[in-house]
Amino acid sequence: MTDLGPLVPRRRDMHPVPYDPEYKTSVTRSPRWPLLSMESTPSEETGPRFGHSLIGPLDNNLILNWSKDGTGAIGERILMHGRVMDEFGRPVPNTLVEIWQANAGGRYRHVRDTYFAPLDPNFGGCGRTLTDDQGRYQFLTIRPGAYPWPNRANDWRPMHVHISVFGHSFGQRLITQMYFEGDPLINLCPIAATVKSRSQLDALVAPLDLSMSRPLDYLAYKFDIVLRGRRQSMFENKLEGM
Amino acid sequence: MVQPLNTLVETASQTGGPYVHIGCIPTFAGLGAVYPEDLGLRAIEPGAAGEAITITGEVIDGTGWAFRDALLESWQPDANGKFAGQAGADPQVNGFARFAADKDTGLWTLRTVKPGRVPTRDGRMQAPHISIWIAARGINIGLHTRIYFDDEDNSTDPLLNRIEQRPRAQTLIAKRSAPGEYRFDIHLQGAAETVFLDI
Repeated sequence: MTDLGPLVPRRRDMHPVPYDPEYKTSVTRSPRWPLLSMESTPSEETGPRFGHSLIGPLDNNLILNWSKDGTGAIGERILMHGRVMDEFGRPVPNTLVEIWQANAGGRYRHVRDTYFAPLDPNFGGCGRTLTDDQGRYQFLTIRPGAYPWPNRANDWRPMHVHISVFGHSFGQRLITQMYFEGDPLINLCPIAATVKSRSQLDALVAPLDLSMSRPLDYLAYKFDIVLRGRRQSMFENKLEGM
Repeated sequence: MVQPLNTLVETASQTGGPYVHIGCIPTFAGLGAVYPEDLGLRAIEPGAAGEAITITGEVIDGTGWAFRDALLESWQPDANGKFAGQAGADPQVNGFARFAADKDTGLWTLRTVKPGRVPTRDGRMQAPHISIWIAARGINIGLHTRIYFDDEDNSTDPLLNRIEQRPRAQTLIAKRSAPGEYRFDIHLQGAAETVFLDI
């Protein structure tokens, strides 16, 4: 196995600003000092790997994975699919992708969510899967509802699915959110607006993908995910055994 | 015009939100039946070689409050400096753990073994440390930091020695409170703000 080289430094301007007064909770939870920048070490270049034995047959099916009697979750049925790649376009195979979301009414199954949209007895709201050898993943779920949240006086979250990805390096660790094409709440959302690059915000919006939609069953939305890459050059990386 | 680079840009981070537990540790969030157990429940399995240690701490916001909805992850090598999956690594050391601030007290606890030393890419030896990653509502991009130990020789560690303001290096060093027990508080702001890493 060759030395994959150090992680490409993160482009912080392509990420949300940590401090944004419009997203009020970030005010007290954003570091004030600059981050300490350093080339990655094996502590960041290695990372946990998870095997197929971890994954149950319904783990990527949120319509059924909480159902006690096979009754599906209530809501618009959707296939959420895409590829996990690195910055050089290489697929990231066999990596764990976890998602969580509100139900069709905009309510999370969590003790702290007190929104009066009802819980769906057949919907838990979390799923996980491993990418295949091409970095592809799929989830079958329902479209989450928009919901109000306490921030400014009348803030609503657009429909969104939370996504956690590991990659192969602890330094690639990423949590993000997928939004849905055409949702007018995206441009009003202070959390989405923490991403100041318009092209980077657009990249969080999944397009409707009729090519993968199944007639008379579900609509599809495509969401590709890009993780940090690792720099390889013949001038700095030692090949193992040389 | 110049040639196109054809590289991609890393997907922008977004906050994990207040319900990050549903996706990452659903049993903790009360979704007991969805997976057999939460991912990262144990950094080590019984019989892991090395010194068993327990690290406890809080994640403290800019008002001085230990908040209750933080999710933490840790990654470390075994007692000999080998990461899980590497040749010769201790099979009883998973190296990865997920743990949350307690919903009533704000305290988190990590039970593991003291990690061994790992060199940098250019062969300098790093002091024993555990990598930490923090996600929570209000944290727009996950925060990386490290836990070092006050009963180890940290004097030549390359990362600690890059911290220009010397007193700030102390924010990365866990304090031994009893044999095998350490305290490590994470301050997001304030005079004791933890050093966070762009690494």
